[in-house]
This record gives sequence, C-alpha cells and structure tokens, in this order.
Amino acid sequence: MARPRKRKEIFALGNEAVVEGALLAGCSFYGGYPITPSSEIMEIMAARLPLTEDGVFIQLEDEIASMGAIIGASLAGRKVLTATSGPGFSLMQENLGYAIMAETPMVLVNVMRGGPSTGLPTSPAQGDVQQARWGTHGDHPIIVLSASNVQECLDMTITAFNMAEKYRTPVILLLDEVTAHTREKIEIPNPGEFEVFSRTVPSMPPEWYKPYEETVRGVPPMPPLGSGYRFHVTGLVHDRNGFPTQRPEEIVELLERLHRKIDQFFYDIQLVDTIETADADVVVIAYGSVARSAELAVRQARENGVRAGLLKLKTLFPYPRRQTEKVLAHARTLVVPEMNMGQMSREVKRVNMGRASVRTINRIDGQIVTPSEILKVIMQG
Amino acid sequence: MANKKKGKSKITVYPDWCKGCGICVEFCPGRVLELSSQGKATVVREQDCIRCGFCELHCPDFAIVVQDKDFVEADKLPRRRSAKTTDKGE
Amino acid sequence: MNEITGNEIIHQYLRHNKKFPHVLCAGCGHGIVLGTLIRAIHTLAIPKDDVVIVAGIGCSGRLAVYVDFNTVHTTHGRALTFATGIKMANPKLNVICIMGDGDALSIGGNHLIHAARRNIGVTALILNNNIYGMTGGQSSPATPEGSTTMTNPYGQLDASFDTVALARGAGANYVARGTVFHVKRLEKIMVEAISRPGFSVVEAITPCHTQYGRKNRYKTPVDMYKWLKKAAVPIDRYEEMTEEQRTDRLPIGVFVAEDRSGFEERYLSLQAQMRAKGGK
Ligand SMILES: Cc1ncc(C[n+]2csc(CCOP(=O)(O)OP(=O)(O)O)c2C)c(N)n1
Ligand code: SF4
Ligand code: SF4
Ligand code: SF4
Ligand SMILES: [Mg+2]
Repeated sequence: MARPRKRKEIFALGNEAVVEGALLAGCSFYGGYPITPSSEIMEIMAARLPLTEDGVFIQLEDEIASMGAIIGASLAGRKVLTATSGPGFSLMQENLGYAIMAETPMVLVNVMRGGPSTGLPTSPAQGDVQQARWGTHGDHPIIVLSASNVQECLDMTITAFNMAEKYRTPVILLLDEVTAHTREKIEIPNPGEFEVFSRTVPSMPPEWYKPYEETVRGVPPMPPLGSGYRFHVTGLVHDRNGFPTQRPEEIVELLERLHRKIDQFFYDIQLVDTIETADADVVVIAYGSVARSAELAVRQARENGVRAGLLKLKTLFPYPRRQTEKVLAHARTLVVPEMNMGQMSREVKRVNMGRASVRTINRIDGQIVTPSEILKVIMQG
Repeated sequence: MANKKKGKSKITVYPDWCKGCGICVEFCPGRVLELSSQGKATVVREQDCIRCGFCELHCPDFAIVVQDKDFVEADKLPRRRSAKTTDKGE
Repeated sequence: MNEITGNEIIHQYLRHNKKFPHVLCAGCGHGIVLGTLIRAIHTLAIPKDDVVIVAGIGCSGRLAVYVDFNTVHTTHGRALTFATGIKMANPKLNVICIMGDGDALSIGGNHLIHAARRNIGVTALILNNNIYGMTGGQSSPATPEGSTTMTNPYGQLDASFDTVALARGAGANYVARGTVFHVKRLEKIMVEAISRPGFSVVEAITPCHTQYGRKNRYKTPVDMYKWLKKAAVPIDRYEEMTEEQRTDRLPIGVFVAEDRSGFEERYLSLQAQMRAKGGK
C-alpha cells in the first residue's frame, strides 16, 4: 500500500484555519464587515484572495451589504464566504432569509461573543445558537455547524461549503471566541484527501430549464447568471418558473421542498462525534470549545469508574435526533454544558421527552465551562 | 419629416393590454385617439397621425403600436407574439 | 427605414409567459421607464444574456419579472449590494439596478452612497415617484415638503433629498435626471449611463397618481404628466433662471459625466499587479 502523502502542518488560529478550509473548498469570494472576534478571517482573506487567480475580496459598508454582495456573487457562480459576530449576525438575518428562499449557496461564519448587544466583544459565549436556527423570519430550514478545535475549524469549513453547494442553501458555522483565537498545530489535507462538492448546473438547453423544478434530491440545478439561462430570482414565494405565486398548492410545494431537501438527508448532514458513548450511563452533549472541556471531564470520569461518554455535536441544526436517541437507549443522565442560559439543552430535552434526567451547566460570565465543573456534575450521576 | 409621414400610419391598440390611462389620448398632437366607452384607447382619426411616436413611447403598458402602413400591408412586420396566460398569479 | 421600432422592440424583450398587462396601475410611470430601459439596451445591442436586472422591493422592483434578461428581485433597499456582488463576481455582465425612491434613498441610502464612493460599475436607476407606492402611499425621503401622505396627513414636515446632489456628493461617476414625459432624453441618458465605466445614477421622475397624485391635487394620471411637462427644465435653461423662476421647477439632464474606471476594473488590475509581483 502506498504510504499516504505527508500533510503540511501549520500553527494556526481557529480563524486562520477557517480561511485555509474555505480556500481548499474552492471559495473565491469574500464580502464582509469587520467585527471582533471574527476579523482575522476577513483580514487574511483580504491578503490571500487578490493573490489567487480569480479571488475577489470586498469590504462592504455593513453586514447587510455583505450578505447582499455574497448572495449576488453566489448567483453569479462563486463559492462565497462571510464572517461576523453577534451584532453583525443580527444584521445579516434579513438577507439570510433571502438566500434560503432563493436557494443560494453561501457560508456564514459567526464567531460568538458575549451578548446581548455589544455585550462582551472579546469573551466567548454560545448565545447565538437559537438565533442561528430561528434568526431570520418565516418558517425555514437551515444547516448550522460548529467546531470545537482548530483542526475542526478547517474541516468543518470545507464541510460547510460542500453542504451549501450540495443542498443550495446557506450554511452557518458557529464558532466561539475561544476556538477562533486558539492557536494550535493543524494538518492541511492534500488535494484528493477530502471531498469538494460544486453545485450542479443544468445540462438541458436553456429553453427546457425550469429554475425551481422538483428533482430527485429536491435540489434544482443552478446556472450562474449570464450563462444563457435567463430566469427570475426572487424572495417572493415563486412557482417552478421562478415567477411569484400566491396559489396555495404552489406555496406548499415550494416551502415543503425547501424543508425536505435538508430533512431527508439527515444521514449526510447531522454530524456528531461519539466518545465512549457505547455503554455510557452519563452522556455529556456538548459543542464548540465546551466540548473540549467535556472530553477531558469524560476521560477523568472513566478513570474514576463512572461510565461516562461524550456526544459532540458538529451539526447543531437540524438537531441530530437519531444520534441522541442512540445514547438514550442506556443513558440515565444527560449533561448539557453551554456558555448560555440553555439554548441547546432545549433541543436535547425536546428529544429526551423525559426519559433521562437532563442536567444543564450554564455559564454566562464570559468564561469557558471548565472540565472540573462538568466532571462534578457527571460524578453526581 | 412629420408632414411626409402624415396619413401613412397603421395604429394598433391591444385592448387587453390597454388600461385606459388616457396619456396617449391627451398628448397626441393629431387627436388621433379617443377613449372608448369601455375605457380603452381607440383609433378614430388614423389619417391624422404624423407618426411622432409619442403614444408608443409613453404608453406604460406597451399597448399601442404605430407602424408604416405600406410596410404593414406588405405584411413584413412580425405580429405581436400572443400573450400566453400561463401566469401563476402576481 | 423599415426596421422594427417602438413597441415592436419592447415586445421582443418581454416575458410573454408572464401575465400581461403588468400589475402596475393605469398610467403608472414605471412602465414607461421599463420601456425606455429596454430601448436603451436594444440601442446598445447588448445580448440579453449579458444583462442582469437587479431590482429592489416596491412597485418599481416589480418591473424585473417582466423582462427577458437575467433578473434578480432582491430585498428592500439592498439591490445595490447584490449588484455589487454580481459585478465583482463577473465584471463582464451589464448590471442595472431598478430601485424606488424609498428603496434607494431611505432604507438603501447607505448602499447608494457607498456604491457611488466605490464607483462600482453598476447603473442605478432610481424611479422617483415621491412616495412609497407599493405599501400604500406613505412618505418617502423624496416626498416634497408640504405634501400630504398617509404618514404625513397634516403635511410633510421634513425636507426631501435631492438625488442628484446626493449622488454627486458621494462621488458617482455619472449622474443624470430625466422624466417619463421626456422619454427620448431619458433614453439617451440611459444609453450613456449604461455605457460609461463606474457607477452611474439615473433618476427618473415617474408619476404615481394612485398614491401620490390623488392626495396632492393631481386628479388623473394625465394631470401628473402635465405637471412633469411643465416642471422639468433642461439644466442649462435652469441655470439661467432666477431663484423665483426656479420655484416648482426641476432641472433635468446630465449633471456629472466622468470616465473614472470602476471598482471592479481597479480590483482586477491590482490583482494582476500583485500576481505579477510573485504572490502565487
Ligand atoms: C425591510 C423591509 N421594510 C419594509 C418593507 C415594506 N415595503 C415594501 S415596498 C416599500 C416602499 C416602496 O417604496 P419605493 O421604494 O419608493 O417604491 P415604489 O413602490 O414607490 O416604486 C416598503 C416600505 C419591506 N418589504 N422590507
Ligand atoms: S397610453 Fe396605453 S394604456 Fe394608456 S390609454 Fe393609451 S393605449 Fe391605453
Ligand atoms: S404617433 Fe401616436 S401620438 Fe403621434 S400622432 Fe400618431 S397617434 Fe398621435
Ligand atoms: S401605486 Fe403608484 S407606483 Fe405603484 S403601480 Fe400604482 S401608480 Fe405605480
Ligand atoms: Mg416610490
């Protein structure tokens, strides 16, 4: 067997790793507005993209414009990225809804800091979890991913681009200040060692093309603007031709397809890592930097003879229900540590339906949840 | 120029597109058009048209076409494509 | 002389699988702007595939759906941001924004001044009807002082924007104003605006009889066109007028016409430079 090619190793911040991942995934357009603790992503993109063959970097006047610009660029065929933090994330919500409605692939990285409002600009938090799920108006599906260490920042960014393109949808990558600003050694995968998915373009002649027609995956092919397929893109509810409609059956057809194209691929989208969960009585469910503390706590608990395990959520939404069901088969206790007042534990409780006892650990003081805090709760059973 | 064109026009109003706003009627220098009892622009004095183009350029609904009579009679001009009614409501 | 003219041209560019007549009110000036835009594009002989119409939200924004170009109907006020992304992603495209006065000057005012400052190679068509048409006649930043609207039933207190001054001040490369009464002039302006490099702003004064006129002494659509006919004066004539003569008059014509290269062109040349220097 051929020896695997050696991978390049670098020391990188989480934010730098996001850039590496984006470029590996084929991102060629960044539009954004600076905000701590996400700004490094923008700054590095500003330095890197103009050196690539067709990379475009543009600083916009605000986060609303950032979203508009990347959606426009995506419609024109680019793989696009923006990054922000809490206050900017709120400004992005209107056009996020547009991207969902117009089925425009894009990746939005939100490095969470303490809130509400300007809050704690340089401290970590996980307060935007439900905003990521429900921030934009109207019923909508969304994919929200997270990363708990620097390597994952790279890997999950690639995953985010692939999902965005595959499902023609915005994908949100939620980081927290700790992950974004931790510097550690990571491996850059070699080309061919990871999947790169690019959106499907129509193969039929333009006269046959119906921009929003049903397909097997529920994801219609998407031509770039200017390629001969002239069609109408709108945030209004539209029919298969892309024209606005108010007919009940056409409204339902569109909105159901938007949900179905995400929901039916749960096995591809709902990503988790499991550590020692196979026989666990106590399962910690965590994400982001808190998952690192949780992993340590679980190992210490095992050393102390408690059958503990960790379900690390890499996909936050759609919530990995099946994987949670699996640990619920034997877990008596679920522990959900978060840097918020309990945003993900709501999802856990919804799935748990009273079976295990759910213990939450909530920190909102700008400090991370420590391994010992989690261990203490695990040991209480 | 204008005089040369006088009396040589073929004017077509598409009643299904005309909303009867009256702009063409009001500003036509030859008083060629009137609003019918159904509130649609109609051609009443075609021979007075000087083909100035005002009505065509100012109809907000593209409901009026002024053509060279001789040319139309030679049947060289493409007809308006029929407006299909496959609209899904707006 | 027997080439296709007038509305025959227009019909070549309409999406006849959409329901016509369009949704706009009888006599709405927006339809005239659309016709004028189509003729301008036809004059420039730009292939349909290379034209992207980016529209905001409002009655004006509704125009996009009717024309057989690449059409993107965006969010209220944000058309220019989408247009900026499209132009940067593919500078070969002719990107034209259709916006209302509320769209461009109120909710999208920030984007307008920054598009002008950046000099992005986009044409901004602002359909100024002095009112929020679509939402039922509320005041816009272009509503004249003293007018009656749904949100200023006792008379508009605040002053209105001068689109031309605003665009010029923000650094737009080309700034012009026309009206839907003076269509041929408006068409010439549009041709010029689309063919110039950089950011072009074209303000088209277009009557909304339904939401503005009826509440402000213009009983019929025709009254509004009579007003336009009277109020608009070419800029050179306007400049010779006394302050008193200028009351209720609106200068039309070209106010700024420069040839500064667009942001996308400057970006591309910077990129070429940096890459030549050995950045990989
Ligand atoms: C964010 C947001 N706020 C408000 C609205 C409601 N809205 C739709 S169109 C419009 C104003 C339209 O006025 P204008 O831009 O002048 O266009 P017109 O209809 O006059 O052509 C408003 C306020 C909206 N769609 N989105
Ligand atoms: S201008 Fe057009 S819509 Fe108005 S009355 Fe004349 S033909 Fe009819
Ligand atoms: S072209 Fe139209 S406006 Fe001009 S004279 Fe003829 S009918 Fe009247
Ligand atoms: S409300 Fe005003 S702007 Fe809207 S379609 Fe009617 S006339 Fe035109
Ligand atoms: Mg308006």
